[in-house]
Amino acid sequence: MTAAVIDPARLRRDFPILTERVNGHPLVYLDSAATSQKPEAVLDAVLDYYRSANANVHRGVHALAERATDIFEGARLRVAGFVGADPRGVVFVRNTTEGLNLVARAFAEPRWGPGDRIVVTEMEHHSNFVPWQMLCDRRGCELAVAPLGEDGRLDQVQLERLLAPPTRLLAVSHVSNVLGTVTDIAGLSRMAHREGVFVCVDGAQAVPRVPVDVAGLGADFYAFSGHKMLGPTGIGVLWGRPELLEAMPPFLGGGSMIEVVTPERTTWNEIPHKFEAGTPDIAGAAGLTAAVAYLEAVGMPQVQAHEAMLTHYAYEVVGDAGDVTVYGPPAADRSGVLSFNLQGVHPHDVGTILDRHGVAVRAGHHCCQPLMRRLGVAATVRASFALYNTVEEVDALGQALGDVRRVFGA
Amino acid sequence: MGSAAAQAVDDDLYREIILDHYRRPRHHGRVDPADSTVHGHNPLCGDEVDVSLRVRGGRVEAIGFEGQGCSISLASASMMTEQVAGLPVDAVRGVLDRFKQMIVDGVDAGRLEDLGDLEALQGVRRYASRVKCAVLPWNALERGLDQAGADEEPSP
Repeated sequence: MTAAVIDPARLRRDFPILTERVNGHPLVYLDSAATSQKPEAVLDAVLDYYRSANANVHRGVHALAERATDIFEGARLRVAGFVGADPRGVVFVRNTTEGLNLVARAFAEPRWGPGDRIVVTEMEHHSNFVPWQMLCDRRGCELAVAPLGEDGRLDQVQLERLLAPPTRLLAVSHVSNVLGTVTDIAGLSRMAHREGVFVCVDGAQAVPRVPVDVAGLGADFYAFSGHKMLGPTGIGVLWGRPELLEAMPPFLGGGSMIEVVTPERTTWNEIPHKFEAGTPDIAGAAGLTAAVAYLEAVGMPQVQAHEAMLTHYAYEVVGDAGDVTVYGPPAADRSGVLSFNLQGVHPHDVGTILDRHGVAVRAGHHCCQPLMRRLGVAATVRASFALYNTVEEVDALGQALGDVRRVFGA
Repeated sequence: MGSAAAQAVDDDLYREIILDHYRRPRHHGRVDPADSTVHGHNPLCGDEVDVSLRVRGGRVEAIGFEGQGCSISLASASMMTEQVAGLPVDAVRGVLDRFKQMIVDGVDAGRLEDLGDLEALQGVRRYASRVKCAVLPWNALERGLDQAGADEEPSP
């Protein structure tokens, strides 16, 4: 089977924002790990929903209510198909962060307390770190941090040791938002399950970048955000193994999540609705369907290959200079993200000067302060790629870095 | 991308004096003994600065800073210490107030007296995300003056 190669010049025509000019230059958007840009089809889907189908879901018998419900539940089926999930396990949330908090609150909190241990990794985003730290504070559990090796990958020996009793749950990201490290979730899940340890995955950077099959990965929970995968902000997904979701108490109480409410007692709706209190982001779901359709049409293996090519190229253009430190594993083992520092220049100054050339990168701690400490830096510059980026844009990054060196005499 | 050379002239943000303070910070270090040492931290970017000072006879007799951060926050700290060292406390508060007027409120430096070299930081206000960098050491100074009880009557 020969995979078609992405032609970003053609795809770019689908993304209206990419024709913007910034500070007199064409926009070079290299910050898709923060949030991706949206194709016209996603924008249209959101607007079309409001123009022709806006009503509340799961209530009312009128035509629009049925249209809105079809759009919302259709999104669930579409997303489930995209990540290889049973739709009953697909819970719509606001974003990855909310999904992970749901697991901490409704799954972990009632189960564990003093004498139990939760393991997070050194490369976790604050979204898969802080909820577990908060849980451990509330419940008196122990929090352990699995370290990274020198190569920017999880230290397997240390991790295996940490998965021994009394560890109950491992919280781990599939793709690191700073290092681009792709972690072998299937292997980790097997290792964890042998020890009776549950696995909760932050998939925010993975779902937009690599083919994801949650059933095949074998984790217990997997959360991701619509806005990083070409969809709108405000909608995200928590996938959980249906039998676990069944056994969990609700996260938030309110409308939609109930079966029968009396003054004495309330019973819960079936999953996944039990976890969707209140009116959901229906327009966001419409946009997410369009985003999934777009990614499926391009093909996730093709997206992955394109980003790998750009990352390799960026490694050469940026990383080969003697005054640049690149963080994380070699280009072959990473996905779509390149974090680096230029000697003697703070990342914010790099970011400001790149912006003058229209080049948008992230500069800062990337919501990963424990990882920054591990790397021995306060912050890094991060260029991240998506299916619409070109090699010419990587060249533009390289040239703009030349201007940073000139300003700072570096 | 051909305009790098054109932007080299008259850089509105990275003025030569700012880069000079960044490379060769003045009053760098910790005052000992100090009446107050205040830690300033910008959680958005991780910039950190410690400003320590000693007040004698109603004047800031000594001031120093240590920290890690971008050129704007460190140059701002260096220029701040140079500007206020030796000044009466009420004059320091005046400089502080005028500096914030310039950076935060966007008042033209030409209308504010006694800012001296600090005028070079005026360009920061056009970079909204960098205003916090410039103000970080000044907020630490303000809290430091409060903690040192610097506004009380000088003891004999």
